[in-house]
Amino acid sequence: MARLTDFDEIGQDYYKSMPMPEFSETPWVTPKPSSEARVAIISTAGLQRRGDRPFSVNSADYRLLPSDTPAANLEMSHVSINFDRSGFQQDHNIALPIDRLNEFAAAGKIGSVASIHYSFMGATHPDKLEQAASQLARVLRQDQVDSVLLVPI
Amino acid sequence: MGGLGHYLERAGFATASISLIRLHTEKIRPPRALWVPFELGRPFGVPHDAAFQSRVLQALLGLFETKQGPVLADYPEEAPETGPAGMDGLACPMRFDAPASKDETLEAAVIREINELRPWYDLAFERRRRTTVGVTGLDIEEVARTLASWLTETPPSQIVKDQTPAAMLKLAVEDLRAFYFEAAAGQPQGDTIGSKQLADWFWEETSAAKLFLALRDRLIPDDDPALQMLGRNSVVPREQWKRFGIDDRWWHQS
Repeated sequence: MARLTDFDEIGQDYYKSMPMPEFSETPWVTPKPSSEARVAIISTAGLQRRGDRPFSVNSADYRLLPSDTPAANLEMSHVSINFDRSGFQQDHNIALPIDRLNEFAAAGKIGSVASIHYSFMGATHPDKLEQAASQLARVLRQDQVDSVLLVPI
Repeated sequence: MGGLGHYLERAGFATASISLIRLHTEKIRPPRALWVPFELGRPFGVPHDAAFQSRVLQALLGLFETKQGPVLADYPEEAPETGPAGMDGLACPMRFDAPASKDETLEAAVIREINELRPWYDLAFERRRRTTVGVTGLDIEEVARTLASWLTETPPSQIVKDQTPAAMLKLAVEDLRAFYFEAAAGQPQGDTIGSKQLADWFWEETSAAKLFLALRDRLIPDDDPALQMLGRNSVVPREQWKRFGIDDRWWHQS
C-alpha cells in the first residue's frame, strides 16, 4: 500500500511535493559477500530503548539499540503520525528485524550481527543527518561492521 | 533514508536500503534500494510472519550481489490483506458500554474510555509481553489530562519529564493512541484486526479522536509557530483528513 496511487489525492500531493536532497553521483563500495559480512541495521523509525530520550521535531541525533535489547524495551518516538504503528505494536521485527538477522547469522547467511543497531528519526531532512552519519561511521568501524541495512518506517 | 545510504557508502560501508516511497528513492538515487509495496510503518511486511520477513531480508541482502549501481529493485510479493471487511461482530472494547452524556467533558469521556479499555490493554500486554505505550513516562490517565489541559485557559507551561510542553503534547498524542490501539488488540480477534479497521474504529468511535480534533483546532491558530505545526501535522493523520473535511496543505505555504 505504499504505492503513490494507494494514497488519496492529498497524500499523493504531499509525497510529490516533498523536497528531496540532490546528489550529483552515487558512491559505490564493493560489498563483502553477505556470508562473511558483519551487518548492522539502521532504522529511521525513531526507535529507542525504554527510558531513553524521546526524539524531538527535526532531531538529527540517533539512539543506540544493542543487538540483545529485549523487544519489551523497544519504544518508538517518531514525530510523524502518518504511518501505521499497529504492526510495530504487534511485532518489533516489522521495523527492526533483529530476530530475523540473528537467524540469518545462525544459518550462515550473513557473517555476524553488529553488537549495536541504531535509529534515527526519519522525518528529519536528510541534509541534517550528514554530520550524525559521519559520527556513526566511526562507531560502525569500531564494531567492524561491513554492511548496513537501512530501514525506513 | 536514501541520504544516509549516500553518506555511509561514502564513508566506506556497503549499504542496502528499503524504499517505501519509490518516487523519493528515484530522486535520491542511493547505492542499493529495494522498493517494497507495503503499508507505511511495515517495512518488513507482515507482523509475526517470520518466513515473510525473512524473504524480504533475503531480497535486501541480495542487492549486495549486484555488480554496479545505483540499483533500485522492486520486491515482487504483496503483503496479504489484514483484517476483516468490517468491524461488525467484534467484541468489546470496540463499542463502549457507557454512552457519552451531553454534560460530560472531553477529558472525562476519554478517562471513562480509558477505564473501559484498561482490562483489554492489560490482556494485550500479558499476551504480547510488551507495550509501546510509555514514551511520555506518564500514567495513561495523566496523559489524557495533559492533552485535555491544552483546551483550557491554562495550558501546560512547565517542563515535565525533561520535555517542553509542546514536546510532551506530541508524545502524549502517541501514548494515548497507542493505548487505544493496543487495548483493541486485547480482544479475541486482536492481532487479526487490520490497521485500517483499527484506524476506522479509533477515528469514528472514540472520544480520544474527538479530543485530537479539538486539539488540532486549538493549536493551529496559536501564535507559536511550533504549536501551529504540531496542530497541522502531528495530531490528525493526513489519511484521516478526508473523513473530517480537512484539506490544509501547509506544505505549499512558504
